[in-house]
Amino acid sequence: MDERWTARSIVLHVVIIAGAAIMFFPFLWTIITSITPGAGLTQTPALIPENPSLEAYLRLFSERPFGRQIANSLFLAVITTVVQLITSSTAAYAFSRLPFRGRGAVFAVYLATMMIPLQVLVVPLFVELKTFGLINTFLGALLPTFASAFGIFLLRQAVNQVPRELDEAAMLDGAGHFRTFFSIVLPNIRPALATLTVFAFMGSWNSFLWPLVVLRKPELQTLPVALAGLQGQYTTDWDVVMAGSVVSVLPILAIYLFAQKYVIQGVASSGIK
Amino acid sequence: MSVSNVQTSLVDRAPVPIRTRPVRSRRQRVGYALTVLAFLLPSAIPLALFVLGPMIAAAGVSLTKWNLLAPPKFVGFDNYANLLTAPQTGAVFLHTLFYIVGYLPLVYVGGLALALALNSRLKGRAFWRSIYFLPVVTSWIVVALVWRWLLNPSTGIVNTVLGFVGIDGPGWWTDPTWAMPSIILASAWKDLGFVMVILLAGLQAINPELEDAARVDGAGWWRRLWSVTLPLLSPSTFFVVVISLINGFQVFDQVYAMTGGGPNGASEVVVQRIYDLTFRYGAAGEASALSWILFVVVLGVTVVQIIGQRRWVTYG
Repeated sequence: MDERWTARSIVLHVVIIAGAAIMFFPFLWTIITSITPGAGLTQTPALIPENPSLEAYLRLFSERPFGRQIANSLFLAVITTVVQLITSSTAAYAFSRLPFRGRGAVFAVYLATMMIPLQVLVVPLFVELKTFGLINTFLGALLPTFASAFGIFLLRQAVNQVPRELDEAAMLDGAGHFRTFFSIVLPNIRPALATLTVFAFMGSWNSFLWPLVVLRKPELQTLPVALAGLQGQYTTDWDVVMAGSVVSVLPILAIYLFAQKYVIQGVASSGIK
Repeated sequence: MSVSNVQTSLVDRAPVPIRTRPVRSRRQRVGYALTVLAFLLPSAIPLALFVLGPMIAAAGVSLTKWNLLAPPKFVGFDNYANLLTAPQTGAVFLHTLFYIVGYLPLVYVGGLALALALNSRLKGRAFWRSIYFLPVVTSWIVVALVWRWLLNPSTGIVNTVLGFVGIDGPGWWTDPTWAMPSIILASAWKDLGFVMVILLAGLQAINPELEDAARVDGAGWWRRLWSVTLPLLSPSTFFVVVISLINGFQVFDQVYAMTGGGPNGASEVVVQRIYDLTFRYGAAGEASALSWILFVVVLGVTVVQIIGQRRWVTYG
């Protein structure tokens, strides 16, 4: 496409900007509510608050172990992401490049693990981890997140898109499967790895039900559990809840911006081009 | 490593494509099996211990009456029999299906348009991508609050704007007919960025020379989209469709947060029912049975898609 401002490119920009405004509006509303002291949800909040203040953010950190809870969430999310990148990429390689008898069936079983709702697994999982003595431990919160069928499926699709000529060439040069995996396949699926980084981090960061059940002590609690606790039974300080929501979105946004850079770089330097 | 030895010995002969397993000795076969295990076990062990295990345990629970407090009592297939004859079971599956049929086309076409637009030459591309991704990272608790407010029948912005153009807006989440469309709308809005990111990663992997070649051959924008981009994007499309269907059948958070299944059960979905059975009515056995029915349905749908993909998905 040429650089000039053609009619089509102007229309494209207008549509993108209008759409972005719609996408951004609820987030803007969250920010506005967070700086409106004593905000309620019954009346429509003014788009420009009369007495904006950062009081809700200060209360968030002074009245509760919010800093500690952020650290907990961050720790769990980082470990989950790193482990999932490893387990997903190796499994994806096997499902794409290492044929063996019954592979289709094994892949079907992997996919099947996504199809049963978590709500029903929580009870047996709790009983299981209790017998291992892992309730109220970070390991107990982490173990069930170590492999993700979603991640494996995502990366398998990506590995399938890597031209087989590339690894065949490497193998003709004497590379084994491990070398092919590290030096040919991984660099070529960087966009998908970046995508998985975002989703693995987000999945852990936002997960609610399992951390709620397994981490009972307040000092072990994660951010979403703490945020849900802010919504009181009778009264809710909406400005504090929204301040917590704003803070909770920032790390994922940072990860996304970081990963996005790699999506673009990954393509620029890949063998596919 | 044994595999590479076999293949280097092929070098000085004709470079035969090594797509299939070459015939190998016993030692090489063992080596190959170990390689496969090394790649698979890191994921297989956690999945077996922490997903498959509890899944099978849930199957055991589904044959009992259990309120999570007293010891479970074995009842055979009673829970399944009760569920299959209860009209409510059909209703929650129907609502779930309604959700999927409304949600999937909306989010795919929207996500594709967005991915194509944000993959083309555009000022501040990275910035716009981040904005469209924002709803994906925001929790459903917040999103549901905002959408209930936007779709408020009397004071909401949507009905106010509709009023300007002379349309009498519906009751949205307060109206049994419009409750599910409200959930669909909010869900598509939230997940648009998810689909966009997956399809963008797919678009980035497409060799631009292929599109250039089509352009040189005189193919217009639509023609290039249909004959070059979409076929090459089909692995990503396949992924989006399979994942959206799996997640669609398990839709819960947004229903729970926006309507709670109401009004009058009009938007009650399968997992909402499972949740209520377990945590509200103390019927863990029946909840597990319903989970297994849902599981079999989703598995069936996914298997059909995997078999069907040969007709339309092209890999590089």
